[in-house]
Amino acid sequence: MWDYTDKVREHFLNPRNVGEIKDADAVGEVGSLACGDALKLYLKLDEKKERILDAKFQTFGCASAIASSSALTEMVKGKTLEQALHITNQEIADFLGGLPEEKMHCSVMGQEALEVAIAKYMGTEVKSRPHDKEHLEMEGAVVCKCFGITDLFLKKVIGANKLNTAEQVTHFTKAGGGCGGCVPKIKELIAEVIGGEPKEEYKRPEKLTNLRKMQLIQDTLEKEVRPLLWADGGDLELIDIAGVKVQIAFRKACAGCVSSGQTAKFVELKLREFVADNIIVEEVEG
Amino acid sequence: MKEIYLDNNATTKVDEAVFEEMRPYFCELYGNPSSMHFFGGQVQNKIDEARKRVAKLLGSLPEEIIFTSCGTESDNAAIRSALEVFPEKRHIITTRVEHPAVLTLCRNLAKRGYRVTELSVDGEGRLDLGELRKVIDNDTAIVSVMYANNETGVIFPVEEVGAIVKEKGALFHTDAVQAVGKIPMDMSKSTIDMLALSGHKLHAPKGVGAMYLRKGVSFRPFMVGGHQERSRRSGTENSASIIALGKACELAGQFMLDENTRVKAMRDRLEKEILARIPSVRVNGCQAERLPNTLSIAFEFVEGEGILLLLNEKGICASSGSACTSGSLEPSHVLRAMGVPFTCAHGSIRFSLSRFNTDEEIDLVIRELPPVITRLREMSPFGRDLLSSH
Ligand SMILES: Cc1ncc(COP(=O)(O)O)c(C=O)c1O
Ligand code: FES
Repeated sequence: MWDYTDKVREHFLNPRNVGEIKDADAVGEVGSLACGDALKLYLKLDEKKERILDAKFQTFGCASAIASSSALTEMVKGKTLEQALHITNQEIADFLGGLPEEKMHCSVMGQEALEVAIAKYMGTEVKSRPHDKEHLEMEGAVVCKCFGITDLFLKKVIGANKLNTAEQVTHFTKAGGGCGGCVPKIKELIAEVIGGEPKEEYKRPEKLTNLRKMQLIQDTLEKEVRPLLWADGGDLELIDIAGVKVQIAFRKACAGCVSSGQTAKFVELKLREFVADNIIVEEVEG
Repeated sequence: MKEIYLDNNATTKVDEAVFEEMRPYFCELYGNPSSMHFFGGQVQNKIDEARKRVAKLLGSLPEEIIFTSCGTESDNAAIRSALEVFPEKRHIITTRVEHPAVLTLCRNLAKRGYRVTELSVDGEGRLDLGELRKVIDNDTAIVSVMYANNETGVIFPVEEVGAIVKEKGALFHTDAVQAVGKIPMDMSKSTIDMLALSGHKLHAPKGVGAMYLRKGVSFRPFMVGGHQERSRRSGTENSASIIALGKACELAGQFMLDENTRVKAMRDRLEKEILARIPSVRVNGCQAERLPNTLSIAFEFVEGEGILLLLNEKGICASSGSACTSGSLEPSHVLRAMGVPFTCAHGSIRFSLSRFNTDEEIDLVIRELPPVITRLREMSPFGRDLLSSH
């Protein structure tokens, strides 16, 4: 059961402003059936075409998507277009007393629909997700094929919400929540946006002193190998280094594991990649 | 508000008679079944009685029953044992629609270098035995195919699977957690080598399970330590829960006919009335043979969570086929494997009944559900054309 605030529950059970505005000045549509949520936002402006007089929505999606849409329509009423454009997805979430992080994408969808509606009214382009029906031919490359989400959109959300893990990006945009194939690319985008250097191609040092080599072997095992074994409940220990021979012993789930032979091969490959081509890994009891 | 509980594939109410049976084994008869004194020994006798009761429901010998801590443990113990029995064999066969208790284990084993084949299912959730025949070979150590699916209730032809597995000399395990107690089975005439069941799905408490291990099939225990369960599952017995599981199995045998007549009739009526009253609905796995208590049904153009929460307001407990958490934004792996269109998969709801449900409760659901769906469709940008055309 989701941990929704009373306000979310209340806006879900009694959503405000459901429906269409037949003579709307601005309409923004985002999402699709395939994605599992979609929102169509209608805005009616005053005579001077400055302020939002009325707002209505139609939403397909989970309870927090409906609550976010309801909140959004309440928030924009009476605002000028300029003011409305400044509403952030966090403000939508705050209006509802917060959303579970896994559901933040609902508030992002609201903010996005608003942006699309206003941009279309003003005749400007929105560099948003391609599944906004009218912007199929937009700039930006699709990063997440499962949900049709572009790098431009991801960068915007990462920046606005200061996201720093791929998981968070999934919570906020859904990207990465399907097949997971785009997760490495998402990590690169995070690195780009939050200023961190994207991981550089590793360059192996040309010549190694023995001491340096031993250190490099240890570093590689620590950083590149053991974390992967831990993920499967295993571990290894470095027993000895003699010339190009590296002796290791498997621990925990790896110890006595029928496929430890393969794991040893994997360790060898890693060491050859990061240290030197002639490394030989031996498994020993220890 | 009294809840209407239609989520019995998630877990069930402990039958009062089951609770009464286990009650003395906490504060009064708390002896260790392994002790030499009579005080503990009498508990051992009750555990043996429970073993006979479980065996009777399955049509097995009592010594073929090993008590465990849950269905998940039984599944893990069976599959891991088979791999140790055949250390030279590196191939595992399972299906795409297994419960995570099997699927996650197999996928982890794949990372360890095992070859894992996940059999596909058709649009109705049915298995293709031809595919099994094609992929099974002498390298196959174990085939694990569930008896019945927890989400759709679709029943697999386990005996035919077992016959194919036998020809290749592999072991056959079935996750029967959803099937035991709902449909009759007879291990004495079966091709199944190992089977998993779980107490909390048949009105016994949570945290107790059992595994059936055919006499003569080699077994390498997963839990080692003391000599409990003839050293096949060490650890001091959860005596109260085991005794409860025995009672629950006895009752399940007695209510088997009820489950397959009255409970099934309630399920069928719920299905028929929903189809008659609500447009654009499809039953997942409707052409397949299904458990008598399960209805997985998709409402197009609405999302499952909204349906569940609105039903929740009426005290109706059901579950949804799509967990709309962003970590798994995709609809359930079972519905995806069946190729259920996205439009339906997001709005799939599972109703699972038990013998404790009544006709009045079903009437109430039939009454309350249509307005819930209409309301959500009216809110949806996609559902409206559908409503106006009706
Ligand atoms: C098909 C199936 N297998 C295994 C399990 C796991 O059983 P347990 O909860 O006892 O570990 C369940 C229940 O969640 C199930 O439905
Ligand atoms: S491509 Fe992003 S989740 Fe599949």
